[in-house]
Amino acid sequence: MAKTVDQYFEELRDTRVWRSIFRSGTGSSTLKRSLAIQQNVFLHLFSTKVRRRMLCFSATWYLGTLTLGTFLILVITGILLMLYYHPSVPQAYADTKDLQFVVSSGLFLRNLHRWSAHAMVFLVFAHMFKVFYRGAYRPPREFNWVIGIVLLLITLLLSYTGYLLPWDQLAYWAITVGSNIASAVPVVGDKIHFMLLGGNLVNANALLRFYVLHCMILPLAAIFFIAIHFWRIRKDGGLYAHQSEPATLRQAAIAKGAR
Amino acid sequence: MPDEKLEIPSEPDGTFDRRKFFVKVGLGSLSIAAAGTAVFAYQFLSPNVLYEPSPVVNAGKPESYPMDSVTLDVNSGIYLIHAKEGFFSLGAVCTHLGCLTAWKPEQGIIACPCHGSKFKRDGEKVEGPAPKPLPWLRTWLSDDGDLMVDRGTTIRPMEFLRV
Repeated sequence: MAKTVDQYFEELRDTRVWRSIFRSGTGSSTLKRSLAIQQNVFLHLFSTKVRRRMLCFSATWYLGTLTLGTFLILVITGILLMLYYHPSVPQAYADTKDLQFVVSSGLFLRNLHRWSAHAMVFLVFAHMFKVFYRGAYRPPREFNWVIGIVLLLITLLLSYTGYLLPWDQLAYWAITVGSNIASAVPVVGDKIHFMLLGGNLVNANALLRFYVLHCMILPLAAIFFIAIHFWRIRKDGGLYAHQSEPATLRQAAIAKGAR
Repeated sequence: MPDEKLEIPSEPDGTFDRRKFFVKVGLGSLSIAAAGTAVFAYQFLSPNVLYEPSPVVNAGKPESYPMDSVTLDVNSGIYLIHAKEGFFSLGAVCTHLGCLTAWKPEQGIIACPCHGSKFKRDGEKVEGPAPKPLPWLRTWLSDDGDLMVDRGTTIRPMEFLRV
């Protein structure tokens, strides 16, 4: 008798190598399925159980997940763009143009990076408004709201630092104006301006500093806070379920659950 | 398992025992190290040598500026103006957020492209978000007869250089 694919998979899950990597073992009981989430270093950030209706599109509009999706696209395309981009005054602009016209798929990757960046800013704000109007920021989730604000600021700073890297007129004057806004901070404004640019003008030092911020410091900070953000969803009792969900939706969820 | 009696010294409050002493020493040295790290970070992030262009600009011979002309040098960001009263130079960087302004001869004003600030030919603000007038820069004649401008030194307005 021929084995089904499921049976082959079940056998694979029972091998010693598989068992050494994934400890939950064979079987698909609720316990085993919970263990599969709990014992995975990435998945254990999330809840082992989610209400079925919280997985409906209308519950969250998937805005947080979509934001994570754009972030992952940005990380992957960003790493690829780094392979052709030199953060130096004579080369930065030329490298950007090379990426557009010379490098195979360079135009696609650069545009993907750019459009994902725009989409991420939009999605972060949409996510924030959705959480706000659903009231999901209220206790016990108030600290996760604060972490969300930190992530919003990191997103905006990533956009701002990435804006300088093409080293064209738009970038140059935008960063000139933006960094001068930092000078408006009382007492220490000029010092912040000087440290941000690594000089008095938007120049080679500023380009390099913005590159390091854009490619290392801010993405690492983002990943750090994203991990806390996800873990806090579980710790704060899972995705926020509104009591006054539209009646039709609730009935649909019940009907689905009964099936 | 033998009874482990943890002997807690029952001293009255306010006494200074060895444990408290070491905790204080530990926290004290950690805060000194943290302060040192902050100073170190600040000093490291502030460059000591800058490879920026010199603030002193050679603007060439006075004869090359006709009477009643306003000349913008884009690279150094200054205006050289030959007025009836004499020569003077203005910083061309907008006092609002640092954009390079431009001379509009048909309107007779200096205008900023970024946020619409407008200045008169003598730097006085006409309108816009700019908080201050354009600065007058120290201008003098070199021994070779060239006009020199120091972008780092502002002077009071209406101090013309007569040639």
